[in-house]
Amino acid sequence: MADSKYLVGVFDDGDELLHAVEDIRHQGVKIHEAYTPFAVHGLDRALGYSFPRMGVAAFLFGITGTCCALLLTFWTMGVDWPINIGGKNFFPFPTNIPIVFELTVLLAAFGMSFTFFFMEDMGPTAKPIIFDVRSTDDKFVLAIDLAKNKLSEGDISKILKESGASEVNVKEV
Amino acid sequence: MAHSTHEIPSTEERFEFKSETKRNLIIAALIGVAMVAIGSFLLSKGWSIGVWESHGAEHAAAGHEAAGHSEHGGEHGATLFHRIIANIWMNSVYFLGISVVGAFFIAYNYVAKAGWSSSIKRVAEALPSFVIVPGVILIILMAIPSTRHIVMHWTHDGIMDPASEHYDKIIAGKAWYLNLPFYFLRLVAYVVVWYFGWKTIRKYSLLEDEEGGLENYYKSRNTAKLFLIFFAVTASTSAWDLSMVIDTHWFSTMFGWYHLASWHVAGLATMMLTILLLKDQGYLGAVKESHLHDLGKFIFGFSIFWTYVWFSQYLLIFYANLPEETIYFRERFTGFQGRYWWPFHISLVLNFFFPFLILMARNSKRRPTFLKLGSISVIIGHWFDFYQMHMPGIAKDQGGIGIIEWGTTLTFASLFIYFVANELSKANLYPKNHPFLEESLHHDI
Repeated sequence: MADSKYLVGVFDDGDELLHAVEDIRHQGVKIHEAYTPFAVHGLDRALGYSFPRMGVAAFLFGITGTCCALLLTFWTMGVDWPINIGGKNFFPFPTNIPIVFELTVLLAAFGMSFTFFFMEDMGPTAKPIIFDVRSTDDKFVLAIDLAKNKLSEGDISKILKESGASEVNVKEV
Repeated sequence: MAHSTHEIPSTEERFEFKSETKRNLIIAALIGVAMVAIGSFLLSKGWSIGVWESHGAEHAAAGHEAAGHSEHGGEHGATLFHRIIANIWMNSVYFLGISVVGAFFIAYNYVAKAGWSSSIKRVAEALPSFVIVPGVILIILMAIPSTRHIVMHWTHDGIMDPASEHYDKIIAGKAWYLNLPFYFLRLVAYVVVWYFGWKTIRKYSLLEDEEGGLENYYKSRNTAKLFLIFFAVTASTSAWDLSMVIDTHWFSTMFGWYHLASWHVAGLATMMLTILLLKDQGYLGAVKESHLHDLGKFIFGFSIFWTYVWFSQYLLIFYANLPEETIYFRERFTGFQGRYWWPFHISLVLNFFFPFLILMARNSKRRPTFLKLGSISVIIGHWFDFYQMHMPGIAKDQGGIGIIEWGTTLTFASLFIYFVANELSKANLYPKNHPFLEESLHHDI
C-alpha cells in the first residue's frame, strides 16, 4: 500500500460533486471512492455501483435463525424435557413464534453487521485512509487512484478542476 | 439516471370520469343487489351455490353447541335474513375503514411534514368521500330495532334487566358503555367528525390550488392534528363498537389496534391500486418508482404490523386458555360445523404470507405488477378478515360465502369506486400549490 498515489479532488457542494462524478466518469477516469459528510442522493448510481445484495445475506442469516429457534424449542420443550403446561401438547407451535421471531431478527441483524464489516474491511483492526479530514465536516471529497488510471496525473488534475473541484491535492499512502 | 436528467411532467392534470364508466358502475351496483336477491331466493329453496354454507334445515345440531356458549343455549337461531344483514354490516365496516384511512393518511403525513407523499395526496384525499355511505347504513341498521337485534346481542330486550328471564349479568355490567343513547352518540360522532374532518382538510387543499401561499397549508396541518387526536381515540372505540361488541361477552385489549391495522393496510392497498390503475390510464406521470416504493414499504410494513397484532392477541388467548376468551377462536375453528375455518385461515395467508413474500424484495416494491398482486391480495385478505370478525357473531350457522356475499361486496365496491372516481375528477390530480410538491416531484430513493 505504501506506493499508492491518489489524486484528491475537494468540492464545496454535494450537487457539484454529483455532477462532477458523472462528468469525470464520462471522460474515462476511474474513481476510487467519494467521501461526503452526509448522504448525497443519487451518488451511488452516479458512481456506477450495483445495488448491494445485503438482502440476500439478511435472508440467509434470518432463515438460519428461524431454523435454529425451531430446533431449539422443539428439542428443549418437546423432546429433552417435556413439561405439561396448561394441558397443552408438548410442542405447541404458537408459543414458539416469539422465540422464532427473536432469533430470526437477532441472527439477521448480527449477520448483516458482520457481513458489512467484513466486506467493507471495517473491522476493529482496520486502518482507514483519510484522504481529507474535512470530508467529515463540510467538504465533498473524490479520491482517484492514479495506478488504476491510464491518464496522466496532469490530465486528471485538469479534468477535476474543470468539473468544479475547488482544490486538487496529492495523497500518498 | 441522476438528478440532472430528471424530467418534471406538468402538474396540471385532471381525471376524467367518463359517463360510460359511471353507467357501468351503477349497473354493477344494481347487479350486486340482484345477486343478493337471487342468492337469497335460491338458498330459501335449498339450493346452495357458495362454499361453506348450508341450508337452514340442517343447521340444528352442531352449530348450536358452539353458539350455545355465548347465546343462552342458542335461543336466537339465525336465519337467512341474519346473513344478509351480517353482509351489509360487514361490508359497511370494511369500506368505512378503507375510506377513513384516506383522511388518516393525509393527516399523519401533514403532521410528520412528509414531502414525498404530496404527489399522491389527491388519491388519498378522494377515498373519504365514501365515509358517509357506510356510515349512514350503519346508523340505519342500528336505528331499526329488528336489524339492531340481529347485529348486536346486547340490545335484546331485558338482557340488562335483573327481573327478566333474558337477564345476563355480564352484559348488564357493561351497561354504562353499551347503552343505546351513548352508542348512537358515538356512532354518529365517528361518521360526522371523520367526514367533516376530511371535508375541512379537503376544502383547504382545494383553496390552496387556487390561492397558493402557505396559509392553507398551516390550516390543513392544524386540522390534521385535531383529526389525529380524535382518530387516535375513535379508531379504538369504533373497533369495539363496530366489531368487538358483536360477541358481547368476549373482549380483547388488542382489538382496537388489530382493527385499525386491518383498516389501515387495506386502505393503503386501495390507494396503491388506485394509483397504479390511474397510471395505467396515463395519469400521474410524476408518481415514480420511488413513490411506489415508499407506499409499497407502507403496505409491506403494515401487513406485518397487522400480523403482529393479530398474533399477539391470538397467542395470549391461546396461552392463557381461559374458556371465556378461547370461545372466540373456537367459534371460528370448529364452531358452526367448522364453516369459518377456511375464511379465518385464508385471511392469514392473504394478509401475511403472500404479501410478505411477494413484497419483501426491493425490486418487487418498485414494479407495478408485484405491487398490484400484493395490493389485491391485501384488499381481498382484509375482506376475509372482517368476514371472520363479524359473521360468526351475526350470521352464526347461516354463514357461508356464496352469491349473497359476492353481490353485497360488488354493490359496495361499485359505489365506493363511483364515489372515489367522482371525487378524483373534481380537482387537479396534483395539489399544484402544495409547498412540498416540488420535493415530491424530485423524490428519489
